[in-house]
Amino acid sequence: MITVTKDDFSADEMVDKIKQHYTGGVVTFRGVVRGESKGREIERMTIEVYEEMARKQLGTIREEALNKFDVQEIAVIHRYGDLNVGDNIVLICVAAGHRAEAFQACMYVIDELKIRVPIWKKEYTPDGEVWVEGERHE
Amino acid sequence: VNIRIRYFASIREILRIDEEEIEIKDGATVMDLISELKQRHEFLSTKNQLLIAVNGSFAQPSTVIKSGEEVALFPPVSGG
Repeated sequence: MITVTKDDFSADEMVDKIKQHYTGGVVTFRGVVRGESKGREIERMTIEVYEEMARKQLGTIREEALNKFDVQEIAVIHRYGDLNVGDNIVLICVAAGHRAEAFQACMYVIDELKIRVPIWKKEYTPDGEVWVEGERHE
Repeated sequence: VNIRIRYFASIREILRIDEEEIEIKDGATVMDLISELKQRHEFLSTKNQLLIAVNGSFAQPSTVIKSGEEVALFPPVSGG
């Protein structure tokens, strides 16, 4: 369950969608647009994506997490386009029998996403616009 | 061989192109392609953090590029 979209999403809907009979917990990470970055006020943001590759990379990361951790289902949604402060950016939902593995898998997915998935943020501040560049991919 | 190059984020904006097609010699590697592109676009020489993907997967400098493949150049990612 990988979605790359301009549209907003509902975390609750996704939790209901992925939980199963033997699910004991669903860990959710929902990233939103923060109103500041490195001390600068942020007014809004544009997110650019290399869509085909982003889907492929997210699919790989999801598969890795499903293999590494004892979890039942993982869903990832990442938005692109123009977003305002407070808007949803990313959603990761992990359903598992028990919480520890669900938390670990969720952390794994967001950490890998930030290194390997071709998505970029451009922040608009009162002084102009700035492309955010992450850590170098190894 | 003919290949398609796509540019993203700050690189796309500075070069002012989304994509271009170029002709490279048979058996050329990612490293050969980058040297060629740095000659075409001076800005790319100043960029020390450049990521390269071939057909949607991160590529090594030694990767040989085949005809019809899609190569993408972009800065370190910042999603999430």
